[in-house]
Amino acid sequence: MTENKTLPTEYVTNPDEIKTSIGKTLRTDEMIINMGPQHPSTHGVLRLEVVLDGEIIVDVIPHIGYLHRCFEKHSEHMTNYQQVIPYADRMDYLASMCNDWGYALAVERMLKIEVPERVEYIRVIMAELQRIASHLIAIGTYGIDLGAFTPFLWCFRDRERILDLFEMTCGARLLYNYIWVGGVSHDLPPKFVERAKDFCTYFRPKIKELNDLLSFNEIFIKRTANIGVLPADVAINYGCSGPMLRGSGVNWDLRRDDPYGIYDKLEWEVRVGKGEMGTIGDCWDRYMVRVREMEQSVNLIEQALDKLPEGNVQAAIPKRIRPEVGEMYVRTESPRGELGFYIISDGSTSPYRVKARSPAFVNLSVLPEISRGAMIGDLVAIVGSVDIVLGEVDR
Amino acid sequence: MQELLTSVLGDTVLVFVVLAAMPLLFILPYALVTIYLEMKISAHMQDRVAYMRTGWHGVLQPVADILKLLQKEDTIHSGADKTLFRIAPFLVFIGSYASFAVLPFSSAYIGADINLGVFYLIAVSSLGVIGILMAGWASNNKWSLIGAVRSVSQIVSYEIPIALSILIAVMITQSLNLQEITRFQEGGLQNWVLFGGPLPLWQKLLLMPFTFVTFVILMIAGIAEVNRVPFDLPEAESELVQGFNTEYSGMKFAIFYLAEFANMFVVSAMTVSLFLGGWSSPFGDFMSGPLWGVFWFVTKGMLFVILQIWIRWTLPRLRVDQLMHISWKVMTPFLFVCIFAVGLILVL
Repeated sequence: MTENKTLPTEYVTNPDEIKTSIGKTLRTDEMIINMGPQHPSTHGVLRLEVVLDGEIIVDVIPHIGYLHRCFEKHSEHMTNYQQVIPYADRMDYLASMCNDWGYALAVERMLKIEVPERVEYIRVIMAELQRIASHLIAIGTYGIDLGAFTPFLWCFRDRERILDLFEMTCGARLLYNYIWVGGVSHDLPPKFVERAKDFCTYFRPKIKELNDLLSFNEIFIKRTANIGVLPADVAINYGCSGPMLRGSGVNWDLRRDDPYGIYDKLEWEVRVGKGEMGTIGDCWDRYMVRVREMEQSVNLIEQALDKLPEGNVQAAIPKRIRPEVGEMYVRTESPRGELGFYIISDGSTSPYRVKARSPAFVNLSVLPEISRGAMIGDLVAIVGSVDIVLGEVDR
Repeated sequence: MQELLTSVLGDTVLVFVVLAAMPLLFILPYALVTIYLEMKISAHMQDRVAYMRTGWHGVLQPVADILKLLQKEDTIHSGADKTLFRIAPFLVFIGSYASFAVLPFSSAYIGADINLGVFYLIAVSSLGVIGILMAGWASNNKWSLIGAVRSVSQIVSYEIPIALSILIAVMITQSLNLQEITRFQEGGLQNWVLFGGPLPLWQKLLLMPFTFVTFVILMIAGIAEVNRVPFDLPEAESELVQGFNTEYSGMKFAIFYLAEFANMFVVSAMTVSLFLGGWSSPFGDFMSGPLWGVFWFVTKGMLFVILQIWIRWTLPRLRVDQLMHISWKVMTPFLFVCIFAVGLILVL
């Protein structure tokens, strides 16, 4: 459909207007180039149809759907509410814990059940570890997008430690199926608390190391400051959330503003972009929000580990979950932003409808808006700073 | 060297063939060593161990890599301009190989002892641009074309700071012959052009700030000339999917890399010969002689190659306009000031 699409008229250069020094008229033309789905910097199978004038980007049209796996339709055909969780895992495969939690929370609120306190603490610990792991990938791959390879491997080295913790807990390293409706699948293994604390003490200096190598590197700042500026009003109009929104200076975090779990009992701060290196809402701000959120996540994990109460890890729930007829929308703060699950129940054992509000999908929609007029190298920087996961964009 | 060969082989064309093939004896082992170094250095910077299985600490891996590339299918896709596509990698390699002719490896060996050595070096090293442009165009791939266009503008821009900084060394040494430039700096560390050459002390002290600036600029421009990070825009992997060599496979691809590695040494050797005394020993008469000359030349050259590797795995990439900005608005004006000052000091 889009192959034969004509361009907006304001971008088509009138050949008569271009005069060369030798007096003749030269016809210049824009080049349409496909970036992806097999391009190294599209973070998966995103296809960008880019209209180029030399190195300058005239327009970007994102094409999605290469990883569509019918999550929502599949969910309707499960025999049990619990069975949706492994599918939710596979949405944002870099932050499975957060997806599980979002879905489980929605079902729990439909059932009006309270989970034991220990479960709430475990969930916070897992979600924040997951947030660090996810941001590490965002930051590392962002370095690669800009040509710095070493930070990427440093980030993966640290993420590996988090995955080891997850593996200890539930046996899986990527797709956990750990947070269940009414609790978690297993209790924490012995020694988990010590190892998680070890990780926190290990990880803090690594953030500083990363800042020295990448964040405050002169070339990195030149490549990201004042690039892809997303003003706060545009961000809100497009429905951006998470680090995208906070990078634009909007102080909004669902963990604080629409509290769930035990986030309101812990002490931490919401980090927003301040335009330190350029304009508020540029790529550097979005990047730096992620780095600073990792510090906050370490704080959260340490507090939760200290306060971790003893107790049961599974609430008493009916064997067959049958929520009352009705609907429920629950939103949580995933590493990418507002992850919402909208569930309609018809009183049977499987959901009538599940709609996932995917933060990466919504954030991606702002891409054409902020990348017009940039250069090819900038487009790579902008796509990287949006931090999309195609599994979640396409679902 | 030429006399020696003539006495063995007689006064035939064979002498020149052997003489011309001699740098190959250096380039091939050098490329293997550099591939190994690049992998190991980058790995240790990134908390990895790199190759460990082929031979002791993986020393045989570069050989295995070459064997793999030799066996790979050499594909030319149907949309490509086949003739240009085939010629391009060799043209790029010729550009860097021809530069070896005037590199003075030791007091006894230089491929071609010509008076315009430095001039020849500048001229020949830009030959590679044509090969890169040819590769990008013949690939019939938009990303490759963008890479090729970037490469041309980049290399042409960076020729100017290189030529200007070479000019400063030439002004001090009063010669365009690399062998003579090196002889000028004989006698130890203090006679290097970097420290003002064997001139009176007051002149040296006055020259030193300018030679240091020139030296740093030459190193930076040298990295840009060989298209390595932070100036690797023509083959920016994350932007252009390898740029001009996207469509190449097998041995043609390997030749692009061989040319890149050879070029790394050429710019290092150029910097070394012009500013760091070339083959001359840094300790005066200690450890000096034709064979030690080769040792010093290769050691100094390799130090710069390692520096380039170090920089590559540390820094992100510049954007295309920032690259031009550095060349035209930062380096070139600085060099004009340096040329003026050096000229003034030499006339005094």
